[in-house]
Amino acid sequence: MATQNLCTVERRGRVHLITLTGAGEHRLNPALLSAIRSAVAASAGAGALVLAAEGKYFSNGFDQAWASTAPRHLQATMGGEFRGLVADLLALPMPTVAAVTGHAAAAGCGLVLAHDAVIMRGSRGFLYMSEVDAGLKLVDFFAEVFREKVPDAVNRRDLLLRGDRMAAPEAVRRGIVDKAVDGGVEDVVNAAVAEAEKLAARGWDGEVVAEIRKAAWPNLWSKVKDYGADAPAAAARPRL
Amino acid sequence: MATGDLCTVERRGRVHLITLPGAGEHRLNPALISAIRSAVAAACASPGAGALVMAAEGKFFCNGYDLAWARGDPSGRIAAVRAARRGLVADLLALPMPTVAAVTGHAAAAGCGLALAHDTVVMRASRGFLYMGEVDAGIKIIDYFGELLRQKVPDAATRRDLVMKGEKMTAAEAVRRGIVDLAVDGGVDDVVAAAVTIAEGLAARGWDGEIVAEIRKAAWPELWSKVKDYGCDAPSRPRL
Repeated sequence: MATQNLCTVERRGRVHLITLTGAGEHRLNPALLSAIRSAVAASAGAGALVLAAEGKYFSNGFDQAWASTAPRHLQATMGGEFRGLVADLLALPMPTVAAVTGHAAAAGCGLVLAHDAVIMRGSRGFLYMSEVDAGLKLVDFFAEVFREKVPDAVNRRDLLLRGDRMAAPEAVRRGIVDKAVDGGVEDVVNAAVAEAEKLAARGWDGEVVAEIRKAAWPNLWSKVKDYGADAPAAAARPRL
Repeated sequence: MATGDLCTVERRGRVHLITLPGAGEHRLNPALISAIRSAVAAACASPGAGALVMAAEGKFFCNGYDLAWARGDPSGRIAAVRAARRGLVADLLALPMPTVAAVTGHAAAAGCGLALAHDTVVMRASRGFLYMGEVDAGIKIIDYFGELLRQKVPDAATRRDLVMKGEKMTAAEAVRRGIVDLAVDGGVDDVVAAAVTIAEGLAARGWDGEIVAEIRKAAWPELWSKVKDYGCDAPSRPRL
């Protein structure tokens, strides 16, 4: 698979940096999700993971255009692959940092929140849960990401029920994003890598990091664990 | 049923405005709750209604359960009014449009819960407070009500102050603590006008109402699961 057309992988010190390539919207379709999951799996031996993107968008959500033309049984794989990616990130034996270099909408926003730390570009881009505007329901585990990572009722209401577009300074103020970084995409990536390097330098036992993470977000973990790469029934068709 | 004596309904633009009339305490008993539920159901049936506002006249928004009435048959009547309010909360959670509480006066106990069951809360700045008076009155807070408070007042210290200390919280304090969205200066009519304006803005987003209801249930799932069997759309007769 030509995954390098979809995402690149590089090591910077102890940090495993995955970048979604190109100027497009990095819509999450089965091909991109599969490429990201492969890239995540390739992080073995690193001390921390960063997920970033090129261009104006971090990720603008699911590939609805693809889904509307795909056969029904394949549409379900997109949701299943996303669930699997979240499971892989939750079970990853190292700290994870999302470098929100551009707009993160819907599933793209969910993907950001599935990381331990979130660094976001200060001057451009916003978090946007577009489902209410687009007339789409939230699947249960997706809402669970928000319940666990956005515990404040008002923030959750504003994001989910009002479809507020939240820029970095607002997101930091509300405790959803850890840090806003001035400058361009590269500056955001560098800041995320620096943060990840600091976490890697703590020298934590990766298995313990994963187990503590699963214990911290148990409801979310329980909803996605059967889809992860290490799920015992991974060989069987996931229940969708 | 002379529901007009218990609550009035009017349309202002796209906003379906329910008002508890009169200078009394608007204490909740099965008759009043039934009238409110009818008014809420009418919002769904009202063509072009895009948002709901719940307000009141006089010094009180709602001062809690009608304990004087309940004393006539304490165990039976308290259970009956609790079940009725559980149904009202279910109806509000399942409502296919955004909801705004205009806390025009004191909101105590079950009345405070009623306000918090809305998506947005505006409150009169100069008068009135939120007051979870149960601890002072020696009344328990049952499961779904506790869940409502957990979901809508996630901050532990604030919840503790409200529920365990029976703190009387003014609008300014409630806004500061993130329970109320907006404190409005002026009189009852000013609060209602502000609530209607917010509601009109939400209605203008043109959201699919069913999606709003589904996202809301996904955002507060534990609360929904505790009340859903009591809503007007519940498949079977509620267990009382």
